[in-house]
Amino acid sequence: MSKRSLGGLAAAAMVVLSGRVLAAWEHNLPEPVSPATKEIFNLHMLTATIALVIMVIVTAIIVYALWKFRKSKGYEADQNFHKGWFGTWAWVLVPVVVLGIDMSVAGKASKVFDLVEDTSTPDMTLKVIGSQWKWTYEYMDEGIRLVSSLNRDRKTNDPLYLHDVDNPVVLPVNTRIRLLHTATDVLHAWWVPALAYKKDAIPGYINETWTIIEKEGTYRGQCAEICGGGHAFMPIVIKAVSKQKYAAWVKEKKLAAAAALAEASSGKVWTRDELFSKGEAIYKANCVACHQANGQGVPNVFPALAGSKVATGDIKVHLDTVIHGRPGTPMAAWGGQLNDLDIASVVTYERNAWGNDTGDAVQPGDVKAAR
Amino acid sequence: MSTEAIHDDHHDHKPSGIGRWLFSTNHKDIGTMYLIFALVMLFLGGASAMMLRAELWEPGLQIVDPDTYNNLLTNHALIMVFGAVMPAAAGMANWMLPMMIGAPDMALPRLNNLSFWLLPFAALMLILSFVVPHFGGGVPINTGWTLYPPLSLQAGIGMDFGIFTLHILGISSIMASINIVTTIVNMRAPGMTWFKLPLFAWAWLLTGLLLIMIMPVLAGGVTMLLFDRHFGTSFFDAAGGGDPVLFQHLFWFFGHPEVYVLLLPSIGILGMVVPTFSRKPLFAYKPLVYSMFFLTALGMVVWAHHQYTVGMSKEVTTYFMIGTILISIPVGYMLFSFIFTMWRGSMTFETPMLFAVAIVLMFSFAGVTGIMLAVVPADLQYHDTYFVVAHFHYALIPGALFGIYAGVFYWLPKWTGHMYDERLGKIFFWWTTIAFNLTFFVQHFVGLAGMPRRISDYSPVFTDFNQISSIGAFAFGASHFLFVWIIIKAVRGGKRAGDKPWDGAQVGNAGLEWALPSPPPFHSFTTPPVVK
Amino acid sequence: MTSTTEGYFIPEPSRWPIIAAMTVFTMLVGTVLWMNHLGAGPWIMLAGVLMLAYLFKGWFGDVIKENLSGSYNGRVDRSFRQGMFWFITSEVFFFITFFGCFYYLRNITLPYLGGEGHLANSHLLWENFTYTWPPLQLPDATNYTQAKEAMEPGGIPLWNTIILLSSGGTLTWAHWGLKKENNRQLVLGLIMTVALGLTFFCLQAYEYGHAYAEMDLTLNSGIYGSTFYMLTGFHGFHVTVGSIMLIVILGRALKHHFSAHNHFAFEAVAWYWHFVDVVWIALYIFVYWL
Ligand code: HEA
Ligand code: HEA
Ligand code: HEC
Ligand code: CUA
Ligand SMILES: [Cu+2]
Repeated sequence: MSKRSLGGLAAAAMVVLSGRVLAAWEHNLPEPVSPATKEIFNLHMLTATIALVIMVIVTAIIVYALWKFRKSKGYEADQNFHKGWFGTWAWVLVPVVVLGIDMSVAGKASKVFDLVEDTSTPDMTLKVIGSQWKWTYEYMDEGIRLVSSLNRDRKTNDPLYLHDVDNPVVLPVNTRIRLLHTATDVLHAWWVPALAYKKDAIPGYINETWTIIEKEGTYRGQCAEICGGGHAFMPIVIKAVSKQKYAAWVKEKKLAAAAALAEASSGKVWTRDELFSKGEAIYKANCVACHQANGQGVPNVFPALAGSKVATGDIKVHLDTVIHGRPGTPMAAWGGQLNDLDIASVVTYERNAWGNDTGDAVQPGDVKAAR
Repeated sequence: MSTEAIHDDHHDHKPSGIGRWLFSTNHKDIGTMYLIFALVMLFLGGASAMMLRAELWEPGLQIVDPDTYNNLLTNHALIMVFGAVMPAAAGMANWMLPMMIGAPDMALPRLNNLSFWLLPFAALMLILSFVVPHFGGGVPINTGWTLYPPLSLQAGIGMDFGIFTLHILGISSIMASINIVTTIVNMRAPGMTWFKLPLFAWAWLLTGLLLIMIMPVLAGGVTMLLFDRHFGTSFFDAAGGGDPVLFQHLFWFFGHPEVYVLLLPSIGILGMVVPTFSRKPLFAYKPLVYSMFFLTALGMVVWAHHQYTVGMSKEVTTYFMIGTILISIPVGYMLFSFIFTMWRGSMTFETPMLFAVAIVLMFSFAGVTGIMLAVVPADLQYHDTYFVVAHFHYALIPGALFGIYAGVFYWLPKWTGHMYDERLGKIFFWWTTIAFNLTFFVQHFVGLAGMPRRISDYSPVFTDFNQISSIGAFAFGASHFLFVWIIIKAVRGGKRAGDKPWDGAQVGNAGLEWALPSPPPFHSFTTPPVVK
Repeated sequence: MTSTTEGYFIPEPSRWPIIAAMTVFTMLVGTVLWMNHLGAGPWIMLAGVLMLAYLFKGWFGDVIKENLSGSYNGRVDRSFRQGMFWFITSEVFFFITFFGCFYYLRNITLPYLGGEGHLANSHLLWENFTYTWPPLQLPDATNYTQAKEAMEPGGIPLWNTIILLSSGGTLTWAHWGLKKENNRQLVLGLIMTVALGLTFFCLQAYEYGHAYAEMDLTLNSGIYGSTFYMLTGFHGFHVTVGSIMLIVILGRALKHHFSAHNHFAFEAVAWYWHFVDVVWIALYIFVYWL
């Protein structure tokens, strides 16, 4: 008796606790804002309810049995129970009932799945590329490219710690957006629960999902497939804006991109300081995740660049490492992602920062020659 | 020189000294070694879990760096699955099967010892994989137990040790399974017909068959990984025409049946415990056996429900979804059989029975969340979040570990000849059960709220749930010291257990183990008993 | 069920199992070190191989001794047979794995990269790649060497098929001899089988050399080379093991170890060899022919 009441007490405490807790804390999928996530949300609530009901029934039967059929209450075992009509037919009854529930769940699920898989007639296409450890976005129709990585300035007590990036993705509302998922190095998964379910980003292959964001706002998510040491540090932030604002943003981005391109191919000779400060920004956006802000890397995993033979030695080797990467290691080939000026400046930065006082100033022309 | 079991040698001539253990060909001694090994590994795997939970106590990196976290995570899973649960189940099979079916020993005793001795060396290899990277061997195994490429191709020497660990474990499991299956098929006493077989033997027969079919697939997959790493092949590299997802298919072709490998022995143990303490034969024994066959068959063909997000075609995905959902039929049937065995029984609640009841309840819960996961569109949200972590710990801890606890308490009197301390047993039950639920129940919610699994650091919005979970985990871990104490106490002494310590032990399809004294003689049945 | 009162042979404690476990461990640690270019690797591997030789001699020696002393009764024999049966079952699954991979890569995912099928979008990443089988052109050959030509089903592979099939025949003939207690036929059949097995092995080795030297078909030539060597190599490994076992059996046959009723070792090896045979046929059809 005492044990039973102990269990009951514990159960009651848990219900009360979880009730209070649940009211205060985020405990369910976020409010969905796209057609597919809405359907999925409803499906989730349905299956969760079914699960709950089954658990209530099972618990009720067990608790009743424990209470009723106890030796301490003098209950004699019914040795013929399994030979009665129920014993004879239970093997049909139970499976049929379970099959019925199964099939109705599956039926509902495949309807939702039809909607989820319907990737037809997009208004725009966004290619999402996962890399260790940042996201690159290509607006396929606009020719815009955006690199988005963790905002490292947030402190651990900030609610946005690990949930904020330097460059959020800007997307228009009420537009059917096709998302193409791929990766450059290892598996990643782009997951923003409110507006897009997951699909893996697989190097060499392209997966497809879609969304229509129905509400303006900022939506957050993060990488959902283990991708190495920085897996926890690959957040996603989407700013959904009106179509007009989006158009304005696109225009601005295009102008900026054109200007950057012109700058890179202008043939201008850059000073070391110009390259250094540009390079610092590029290093922060692309390289800190591994080589760290202080250039010390992570022992045994990512080499230190401060004082490294490559970053203080022959410029050719340095350029080659950055442009072509090191196959078979996490060090990617940056030649395809950064333009000549970017590479020139990041290399200049590396050769002059953290006590690597080589004094070199690498020019875009050198990079071009090294490609 | 050979021992012909045909002579009724009453005074067991046990080999003496350390050689008795190192060179053993005795199923009980090997079973004991398996069980001790499993207990040690439980502590090792548990200690890694404690490190994980400590790191997850609050946002920020406090204890380990991310790669070490991921390495601990991998070790935790591999050690628990291959080091704790499977060897514990194999240990029980070794101890109990020959006694249950009336055999003198396992069919192939030397092979039996080899299956065991491979395990400590596998453990050593896994430890090497953890230690060597710290001396300049590159990135450790930071992939999780699924070892997905291309991440696993980036890792350093640790991954090679890890791959060979799995090879050794594979050889061990295949040989243990061959032995167990052969024992059950070939060594039954006269009259021990198929449908008199105790449920535990059935469960292990199917477990063994599963292992024989799936371990080669895992071994093949990791071998391909090894070739991609060192010999220039391109199985998992699209540039050479390969596909990283291929490895996932191989892993889960092994991995999904593997979860039933972990579950089935416990189901077998429930099939012994529940009738005993309900004092009434198992409800629907035959359909229960058939449903285990059904589960085995269905379990082999639903693996891709772990890969809904990789981009399989709609038809293929739907097939895997329906197949997976249908598993609720055999498993549901099993659980209901146990409930109906209790129904109109005359129940008492010794520790094994407490665990049995808790298993039926909590494993049902794991099952229904499993069905939620099986529903494709919804899994596109759940996948790789703590919701999945919660699901599988509800499945693995009640479904596998608690089953083993139930078995330990149920058979401890038979093994040692002493009753364990019932009061402590009950305390242990309540302590673990409450702590376990505290640890993992909240993980469902933190997962839905958006916390991915396998992260070493998280946003403060998840802190509260994680702290509850960590408190639960520490309490759960601490309870195991009590567990070990109860066992030590029972080994050292205590109330003498009769041949048949449980008064319901002989109902229905009970095994022949109760016909032997407690503790049983060195060679179980020197002359085959005849079952009427 | 079996007859009632037979006893069962339980071996004395034996040191071989733990030595076997140590052997496996030693060989594998050596391999890891070798693969990572650490000096001690090959020596440790060598030590492992020596241990293996010692182990086989010792363990099998014990088994043979027990067998000859008549310790094994019918039930023990059945255990051995069933054990071997389940072992071969596990081997079957090994090959199913590799054939499955072959099918998956060839018929499902490689077409994706070439722009066909469910993930045809992937072609965006490999615009110059067209799917053919065998894939002599790779999506991106930077890290690979492309094979110059594909394996033809005629020539050596065809001869190898004939050789392996006839070796199955000679083995069966040897078995007939054994059942008739005709030791001459047994020995002769075994010698022929071993000879055919070794011929197969040599031809295969020659073919590999040819592929490496002239066709640029190597482990490094993308998925075609990878799958080709995976399937034929794993099979070739089984032929090698099978041949060694056949040679052991031949030695024992020369010593008159087998009788018409007691020859489990022979049968185990025969099953294994036939299994290797059947796998080859599947291999020939899927890898060389289709
Ligand atoms: C013992 C181990 C065990 C067991 C038994 C199960 C059982 C089941 N599991 Fe679980 N599972 C794991 C261990 C286990 N699982 C692990 C370790 C993982 C994660 C691996 C990793 O990624 O690392 C996992 C992951 C996992 C996934 C992938 C999730 C993801 O990564 O996205 C899925 C998806 O379908 C799933 C489903 C199921 C189902 C349908 C069952 C079914 O067998 C459950 C059947 C049982 C019941 C349904 C309850 C009883 C039935 C009734 C009471 C009748 C009425 C019920 C209904 C009508 C619904 N499991
Ligand atoms: C049978 C298998 C099994 C078992 C029994 C357990 C048991 C436990 N598991 Fe684990 N777990 C897995 C299999 C298992 N797990 C798998 C397969 C994964 C997925 C891995 C992957 O993603 O690749 C996983 C992942 C996993 C995670 C997810 C981490 C992540 O994704 O980042 C977590 C986090 O909480 C966790 C926690 C625990 C805890 C607290 C226990 C507890 O039950 C442990 C209880 C502790 C003991 C039994 C130890 C005994 C006591 C001591 C050692 C003394 C120390 C005591 C104190 C400090 C108080 N496990
Ligand atoms: C995903 C992790 C990662 C990122 C991001 C990264 N690197 Fe690296 N980098 C590595 C690794 C790992 C190595 C070591 C490769 C090896 O073992 O040969 C390396 C090596 C190097 C080296 C050679 C150092 C030496 O001493 O050998 C240079 C220079 C370098 N990286 C520059 C960069 C630059 C510039 C960037 C950003 C534009 C960058 N890296 C981004 C992981 C990374
Ligand atoms: Cu990218 Cu995890
Ligand atoms: Cu599964």
